[in-house]
Amino acid sequence: MSTDYRPMWKELGLDLEAHDALLGVLGPLYEQTFTKQHNRPAGMQYFDFVMSEVHGLRIKELLDAKKAGRKVVGAFCTFVPEEIVLALDGILVGLCAGAEFATAEAEKLLPRNTCALIKGAFGFALARVCPYLSASDVIVGENTCDGKKKGYEIFKDLVPRLYVMDIPQMKGPEGRALLRAEFKKFGAYLEKLTGKELTAAALKKGIAAVNAKRAAMHRLSKLRAADPAPISGLDGLLMNQVYFYDDPARFTASVNKICDELEQRIERREGVAPKGTPRILVSGCPMAVPNWKLPAIIEKAGAVIVGEESCVGERGTQALTTDSGRTEDELLDAIVDRYLKIDCAIFTPNDSRLEHILSMARALGAQGVIHYGLLFCSPYQIEAGTVERRLEKEGLPTLRIDTDYGQEDVGQIQTRVEAFVERLRG
Amino acid sequence: MRSLGIDIGSRAIKLVLCDGDRVVHRAVQDTGSDPLAVCRRLLDGLAYDAITATGYGRHLFREHWPEAGVITEIRAVAAGATALIPDCRTIVDIGGQDSKAIALDAAGKVQKFVMNDRCAAGTGQFLEMMATALAYTREEFVAAAGRAPRAQKLSSMCSVFAQSEVVSLIARGASKEEMALGVHQSIASRTAALLGGVPVVPVVAFTGGCAQNPCLQSLISEAVRHPVRVPDWPQFAAALGSALQGASDGRQ
Repeated sequence: MSTDYRPMWKELGLDLEAHDALLGVLGPLYEQTFTKQHNRPAGMQYFDFVMSEVHGLRIKELLDAKKAGRKVVGAFCTFVPEEIVLALDGILVGLCAGAEFATAEAEKLLPRNTCALIKGAFGFALARVCPYLSASDVIVGENTCDGKKKGYEIFKDLVPRLYVMDIPQMKGPEGRALLRAEFKKFGAYLEKLTGKELTAAALKKGIAAVNAKRAAMHRLSKLRAADPAPISGLDGLLMNQVYFYDDPARFTASVNKICDELEQRIERREGVAPKGTPRILVSGCPMAVPNWKLPAIIEKAGAVIVGEESCVGERGTQALTTDSGRTEDELLDAIVDRYLKIDCAIFTPNDSRLEHILSMARALGAQGVIHYGLLFCSPYQIEAGTVERRLEKEGLPTLRIDTDYGQEDVGQIQTRVEAFVERLRG
Repeated sequence: MRSLGIDIGSRAIKLVLCDGDRVVHRAVQDTGSDPLAVCRRLLDGLAYDAITATGYGRHLFREHWPEAGVITEIRAVAAGATALIPDCRTIVDIGGQDSKAIALDAAGKVQKFVMNDRCAAGTGQFLEMMATALAYTREEFVAAAGRAPRAQKLSSMCSVFAQSEVVSLIARGASKEEMALGVHQSIASRTAALLGGVPVVPVVAFTGGCAQNPCLQSLISEAVRHPVRVPDWPQFAAALGSALQGASDGRQ
């Protein structure tokens, strides 16, 4: 990082010493995980740059936007409707929760058997090392799993302003009505916060920006179906992670630019691994930055990841929002319908997720699925058994890995993953 | 062709040297804190055409013996067990720190496998810790369990909790022999649960260091409702599998 951002971080109230420690770990971890990969697409340089400036230039952009009167909304979940935020000229950013930080502090407030994602969110807030938290005008919590729902009751005292949104657990008409009422209320809340009005035209603008971003990710996903794989799973995941941080229009353009490059690669039959390399779909809990542990192990074991059935992945980016509505109400209906398609494990029943995993695996030519469950994440860990039984029944080898952000089980995971790759090779 | 297999486990390092399909040499030593030194000692003076490493330390081994092939314990145990018990379709392997259940198809290929969680519950280490808590040597511990008329049930699967449980049971005057049997039983039921993750088709082979334990042999047979077959030298199954796999990879 060439620019000195320390004054900015200080102004944001970060603990500079702790923040230095975080960056001191993150930088080398990124280098080691990403930059040494074989035959990376040239377009990934943009994402390297974004990551190198993730606490720098991007934060400066957010602060500049705030000075210009825009509001920054921080969120932990794909259920927060970006269309509405953008319609009110706000900026939505994903918040850091992908690493262990200040765990001992977090465990003073949370039981030890809380999932690493929630503990991570608390740790970042308590240690004052997340500039996105500090830059956010409001943080949106959502009642998805019990851990988050109850966690937000405590988290609200750690951040300047927390807004909690309820989320249904079933997708029938009552559930839909609940989500609609919550989105409507959220829109009204943001209108007050931004001093702007939520009109049909504004919503259309928001929908267009988010749809463009999603469409670029759908294009990327289709290209990842090629064998040899034109891009690594780590880089695919990275793009899905940056999805939550970057300026939507610039992100869309950068993804499309990579897609152009990947199309040329596919034409030349060029890839990051030889044709016939075992192809794996990763399914399960979200992997927030810098949670690269499992994908790095998988690709080091000689397989290539071709897709992520995850909130940070296709679960989060699937399905466009219909933009044909004319009134604010019709457009809101379309937004609600789109978000209800997210097959998060908090829903019951959640059969659509099983179908989605199967159709992804088939479309991407995956020979096996690795299910990633965060320890103590009951919804996904319980659903993992159902997923495994169904996929194995369909002839799709499946491996369940339950882990957290710690490094002590890397050796054991390596053994399981390597043995799984051996099984796929036959 | 002389093919050597070395299994660098958490508690012991096992070596098997094959000439064709015939085992010409086998050796084992405790892993200790310097596994590479143990490997060097075990390899000293041996001549071979191919070498294949498996086990916990397989990647470390390859860093120092770059000519070595590397396979996982799963594949190694599967290859070793099928060589020793050709009609086996299910394998239970309990080592020092890992336990695994492997289902094989009719051709002997790995169809499905599951392993224990990241902690050492249900493995050899659990047995050792419990033996220590009861002030038994390894041999005494197994013999005591064999003598017990009934088992003192242990409710905890966690090594650390089970240790405190044993301590409090001792304080209440429980029989040491019955506790020894209880510890063995808890491993057997843990193993049966692990086997629930794969289709269990007879013949069931039992390998790994713990398969030498006669008490575990009979308890696991009961728990999985199939008599388990233990090959000669069960501790060497993975090392043998590596040697055989190395030989067949070399032929390809």
